[in-house]
Amino acid sequence: MSTHATEKAAKRETTIEADPNLPTIRIIRDFDAPPDRVFRAWVEPELVKQWLGPKSTEMRIDQWNAHTGGNYRYAALQDGEEVAAFYGSFHEVRPNERLVQTFTWEGMPDGVSLETMTFQDLGDGRTRTIGLSVVENLEGRDAIMASGMEVGVYEGYEKLDALLAEG
Amino acid sequence: MSEDRLSRVFAALADPTRRDIVARLAVGDATVGQLAAPYEVSIQAVSKHLKVLEDAGLVSRSQDAQRRPRHLEAEVFDLMTAWIERYRRQAEERYRRLDAVLAAMDDENQTTINKGAAS
Repeated sequence: MSTHATEKAAKRETTIEADPNLPTIRIIRDFDAPPDRVFRAWVEPELVKQWLGPKSTEMRIDQWNAHTGGNYRYAALQDGEEVAAFYGSFHEVRPNERLVQTFTWEGMPDGVSLETMTFQDLGDGRTRTIGLSVVENLEGRDAIMASGMEVGVYEGYEKLDALLAEG
Repeated sequence: MSEDRLSRVFAALADPTRRDIVARLAVGDATVGQLAAPYEVSIQAVSKHLKVLEDAGLVSRSQDAQRRPRHLEAEVFDLMTAWIERYRRQAEERYRRLDAVLAAMDDENQTTINKGAAS
């Protein structure tokens, strides 16, 4: 039995599940860090800023009250200019285990999704995160999937296409 | 699907009207006139959208020379899979940045914070 680096990396890759009959998106990913550390990277603004936004943008956090019943608002900046803003509430912050938030893109104020992130301790200093997004209907879910595509088009999608072509 | 072809497909589907046309053709073949009916745009505008979809290989014209109904290519049904893959790639890119953040959060930092919280 041979174990090589690519196999290990492949196991850790993000998994997406989009149910054909439910307006949900499930994102599953394992991390080489214990749950408390992964959880901190999700709730401490200085850490969140470093990874959450798209690579081409800078994240400006306007409000961030990461406790049960708290709220947040942040904007994506491109060359210092605001290109998108998002807000919502922290419905539940249960340290190292569970994070439940509402999420709205201000460009579509009637749209809101419910985001539940679960942090599972895998032992050996590893954590599995399971993110479940629930939106209003299937069209909304598909639009979110396709919006990733549009961002790709705007940002220059050659790199992603090359990745897709490899797969 | 080649890289170039895939780029054309994604560019073609980046437009909401064209996505809508694809959704309608998924139900059954339709003529340009039938496709234009629900929109407040001219038949010429819909024809332009159809041209983009045809160039991307998503839509073809049936043999019926009189009506020339448009037909959705079967492989379009695989596109949702491609959309999900693209979405997944973006999530993966984000999570790789998080990998780096986690790696940089050394234990010393963690100890300081625990002390600070007097736990």
